[in-house]
Amino acid sequence: MTLQNRPLSPHLQVYKPQLTSVLSITHRATGVALAVGTLLLVYWLVAAASGPDSFATAQDFIGSPVGIFLLLGWSVALFYHLANGIRHLGWDAGYGFELPAAYRSGYAVLIATAALTAISWIIGIAVM
Amino acid sequence: MVEFALPANSKMSDGKSWPSSGGKRPKTFKIYRWNPDDGQNPKVDTYQLDLDDCGPMVLDALIKIKNEVDATLTFRRSCREGVCGSCAMNIDGTNTLACTKNIGDVEGDIKIYPLPHMPVIKDLVPDLSQAYAQYASIEPWLKTTTPAPERERPQSPEEREKVDGLWECILCFSCTTSCPSYWWNGDRYLGPAVLLQAYRWIADSRDEFTGERLDQLEDPFRLYRCHTIMNCTKTCPKSLNPAKAIAEIKKLMVERKV
Repeated sequence: MTLQNRPLSPHLQVYKPQLTSVLSITHRATGVALAVGTLLLVYWLVAAASGPDSFATAQDFIGSPVGIFLLLGWSVALFYHLANGIRHLGWDAGYGFELPAAYRSGYAVLIATAALTAISWIIGIAVM
Repeated sequence: MVEFALPANSKMSDGKSWPSSGGKRPKTFKIYRWNPDDGQNPKVDTYQLDLDDCGPMVLDALIKIKNEVDATLTFRRSCREGVCGSCAMNIDGTNTLACTKNIGDVEGDIKIYPLPHMPVIKDLVPDLSQAYAQYASIEPWLKTTTPAPERERPQSPEEREKVDGLWECILCFSCTTSCPSYWWNGDRYLGPAVLLQAYRWIADSRDEFTGERLDQLEDPFRLYRCHTIMNCTKTCPKSLNPAKAIAEIKKLMVERKV
């Protein structure tokens, strides 16, 4: 018998997605998205510094459906990462490890993400 | 290393459908099979049992299949009452003990795989050598420098309480093999079961090597690959909390520096 031939048992293929793991991988994904989104912010600032023409181009792009979609995604990522980051701070301090508490805080993060995103867009659209 | 897909030799396909035994309450079991001797990839075989003629737990079904349908089905089992940890496997998408998992708790077909992301010896039997070696690496025994007292080393009830929720671990490795961090970095990350055991000795008032134990764990991989995913606590068949034990270790790491 050769040890090398042993197959690896299935993992992601069979493990049930559940709140614990899904929120965790979302935290990482939103972190990556925020880093990418920051490039968009930098582009906007550089355009503003380069003069009215380039700023107008940047504004056009961000105001286009694609730009608004990116901005929406970025704001969802921001508020999710913020709320879940606070959840992680609680864990790092040793709180909220019992399973019911971890589930409650998980759902709270989802609700907070939706609420903060909605509020910020309502305010954003109102002041425009 | 993160590899989401299974290696070529590990990809599964549908295997044999064994004849149904009929009955009023048929239940379908889809079970991972791999034979080291036939040179083929793993397959998922389908069995059907009548629940009116079968014990209540998943292990009862596995034993019935082995006794009456297919004697080649291979799995570990011993105590059949949740204290030995032998029959840990992935049932209905999460890791648990076949002997304490009620068949009635699973809707639809019952899918059974070995503990995830482990080398398979045969069918539902994973190779746990590495996990056991990691367990040995934390030196899971009482270590002292003071001379042994004439009788036992005394412990107050309060001190004794600190190892509650830790000593009950049966080392079934359901938690460790539910942990994505362990899937991707199991060669260097100790995983929840071993870290819970490490904390069991750190928390023990009689142990005199807390500092050395923490030194041993203070490593970006051995301890800090834990990202508080909480799959471990979610899946533990003994309802223990490895995530909390790991957090306690991390807290001690910080506390001893400030």
